Amino acid sequence: MALLQISEPGMSTNPHEHRLAVGIDLGTTNSLVASVRSGMAETLPDAEGRHLLPSVVHYSADGVTVGHEAKRRAALDPLNTIASVKRLMGRGVEDLKTLNGHIPYEFVAGEGGVPRIRTAGGDVTPVQVSAEILKVLRERAEASLGGELSGAVITVPAYFDDAQRQATKDAATLAGLNVFRLLNEPTAAAIAYGLDKGQEGVIAVYDLGGGTFDISILRLSKGVFQVLATGGDSALGGDDFDRAIAEWIMQEAGMAGESDHQRMRKLMMDACAAKEALSDSDETELSIQVAGDQVWNGCITCEQMNCLIEPLINKTLAACRRALRDAGVERDEVIDVVMVGGSTRVPHVRQRVAEFFGREPRVDIDPDRVVAVGAALQADVLAGNKPDEEMLLLDVIPLSLGIETMGGLVEHIIPRNTTIPVARAQEFTTFKDGQTAMALHVVQGERDVVDYNRSLARFTLRGIPPMVAGAARIRVTFQVDADGLLNVSAREELSGAHASIEVKPSYGLTDSEIETMLRDSMSHAREDMEARRLREQQVEADRVIEALDAALAADGEALLEAAERQAIDAARERLVAARADGDAETIKRAIQGVEKAGEAFVARRMNQSIRKAMAGHRVEEFE
Amino acid sequence: MAAARASTSEAHGAPVIPVNLDFSQNHFELMGLPVSFALDRAALEDAYRRLQGQLHPDRFAQSGDQERRLAVQGAAWVNEAYATLKDDTRRARYLLTLKGVEFNDERDTASDPAFLMEQMELREALEEAPEAADPLGRLDALSGDIAARRSALSAQFAEALDADRVDEAKTLVLKMRFYDKLRDEARRTAERLEDELL
Ligand SMILES: Nc1ncnc2c1ncn2[C@@H]1O[C@H](COP(=O)(O)OP(=O)(O)OP(=O)(O)O)[C@@H](O)[C@H]1O
Ligand SMILES: [Mg+2]
Repeated sequence: MALLQISEPGMSTNPHEHRLAVGIDLGTTNSLVASVRSGMAETLPDAEGRHLLPSVVHYSADGVTVGHEAKRRAALDPLNTIASVKRLMGRGVEDLKTLNGHIPYEFVAGEGGVPRIRTAGGDVTPVQVSAEILKVLRERAEASLGGELSGAVITVPAYFDDAQRQATKDAATLAGLNVFRLLNEPTAAAIAYGLDKGQEGVIAVYDLGGGTFDISILRLSKGVFQVLATGGDSALGGDDFDRAIAEWIMQEAGMAGESDHQRMRKLMMDACAAKEALSDSDETELSIQVAGDQVWNGCITCEQMNCLIEPLINKTLAACRRALRDAGVERDEVIDVVMVGGSTRVPHVRQRVAEFFGREPRVDIDPDRVVAVGAALQADVLAGNKPDEEMLLLDVIPLSLGIETMGGLVEHIIPRNTTIPVARAQEFTTFKDGQTAMALHVVQGERDVVDYNRSLARFTLRGIPPMVAGAARIRVTFQVDADGLLNVSAREELSGAHASIEVKPSYGLTDSEIETMLRDSMSHAREDMEARRLREQQVEADRVIEALDAALAADGEALLEAAERQAIDAARERLVAARADGDAETIKRAIQGVEKAGEAFVARRMNQSIRKAMAGHRVEEFE
Repeated sequence: MAAARASTSEAHGAPVIPVNLDFSQNHFELMGLPVSFALDRAALEDAYRRLQGQLHPDRFAQSGDQERRLAVQGAAWVNEAYATLKDDTRRARYLLTLKGVEFNDERDTASDPAFLMEQMELREALEEAPEAADPLGRLDALSGDIAARRSALSAQFAEALDADRVDEAKTLVLKMRFYDKLRDEARRTAERLEDELL
């Protein structure tokens, strides 16, 4: 009950032991894990000293390989080697059709519209593929930190929608990670940058990676990182540069459009190599396998490539313009432009960004690692290792959230770039006499017409008493938490009929599916799981008791009536007993019992602490 | 003793106030600001950060579910207060709801013919902007014009409120909303144009 410990310097409970926490940058192309060790945030290398883990997973009948080894197999065995899986996260079968031609895998429609990729190792979902990558990083971290992780901060592109976020969280759970928080990638970069440079003012983070583009405008002030606006494209990155170059090569070399998977994969890799070479030189040689043993030799210049990627860069700058406008910030107010992501190494990208903002962007921070490092810093704070840390992140939702109304239109309930957490409600009514149910369709996106937005969930409110059209008052409440995840509930005000839904897009996995997979997975044998759960609950129980005692000592007298105090003490006794000889489930219930008994107490303490915060404020002003 | 009962300050439709907290204070009180239209922006920013520093869910990452939920609600409430006070139109409207004025989004509208005429002209100008020689420049100019007219109304509102001319103040808020809608429309048009330029 850390809430009960807030803002009372003299009252701190036992300094707890350092908890192991990591930040993970789950990238389209490369992934990294970082942690804070002896005060320093650093990325963790594998046994061979490599920090970047290619986000590539290879499946065969013999098992799964991840990373460098998998990447090597990509050209030989393209159908069983999954790369850039991040582009598929939170996507339904329908979405995948629009990405068609870009994805060289065989898809099978799974249950409930979940797309599965057919591999020699069985059919797998994008969530499972991502979980394989995360698992490798977890194991790397546990080996190098020497213990079990208490939790992780996982980064996602700021422009990820609710479905994509949910899928990422599912993947982490599946990998056996306790997710402290999903953190937006540019915000993570800003933390690493801000804490490093100690800058104050408005900064822009331009993050162009392998598969996604984000722009975020932030205000940095006294340890507070306030995101003013964010924008981007969750399907635009270095991959698209490669594709543009590959198409050019096909034209130049007179290659047919419908080549086989293997050759296409090889061509993409050649295009990527050429692109990277052009970051350091004006031109580069190409030697491309056209058909059979036939080879085409050519050359591509920087200038030619710049032309090919120009439209893509323009797209990113349009998003910058929009984000600045949403932030209410003029270009010259931006004191620093931080470049993040491997694709910002392309000189033409740097040049165009410099022109746009009218200042040289900052490229002195390692664009590969900065996101993971920022996530690690935040994980350290969330693990409770820095109780006095002033650092605070105030982030926003990237895309508007709304409800479908009559005629296939969207009523926006929370506009994009609203600071989270947020709760908003809107009233709707029935349109037919005697209507007793209302179907609610939750969507995310900017367009007024439903079809152009992402469909997040559908649910039905039943039990509306029959009335004339327009008489019912249905209050729909949207709640977005600090991870950017949405909860929706609906209530008919006159009858009290109620329905709610935790928005779980159908392309993710259900909780029970994840649990089953967790149980099945080799690294989590059943007994392991039970033992782990018991240990977790015991630790939790200790924490609850300790916090409760501290809170009672501080405010028990002032804020509780005798009967309330008795109820809390009784619940505490039950928890102590359960802690001593109960199983995980019993302890968990006893913890809930304490929480229930202390509900009012907690609320009062929170109010009190707010008053104190503001009272302190007034005192300071007079000083 | 401060009781943790359902809040009663939920007079004004949209924002949701957490039910568990005794936040009977209005947004101004919460932020430690005087209840007035004139706003000390620096003080608002300061109070906002201070409160979020206490309440933000990240401060409770290691707490039980219940506290985390409460923190989410509390932080959402502070965000709502901040967003309401920061924006001129929302702050004006909120001040009136504190005085018991009710707004009905379906029914309430400005009816002053001269004003409506002006609105129509501005709207037409917006619609024609994409045809101008420099459409984005034209939109910028129009947006500036709209902002200027809106802030003129803000000044009138402050006066009306001070003199307790509540009906007049309400009419002014409704008019401010018209300008907000024009501003949003100008924004959308600019975005559309920018997209087309790609
Ligand atoms: N020297 C270079 N010149 C040009 N491009 C490069 C260079 N080095 C890396 N890249 C490109 O950067 C991209 C990978 O960047 P990064 O590792 O930041 O992406 P990611 O984090 O995996 O993806 P995302 O953040 O989009 O999910 C690839 O497209 C790669 O080709
Ligand atoms: Mg990245």
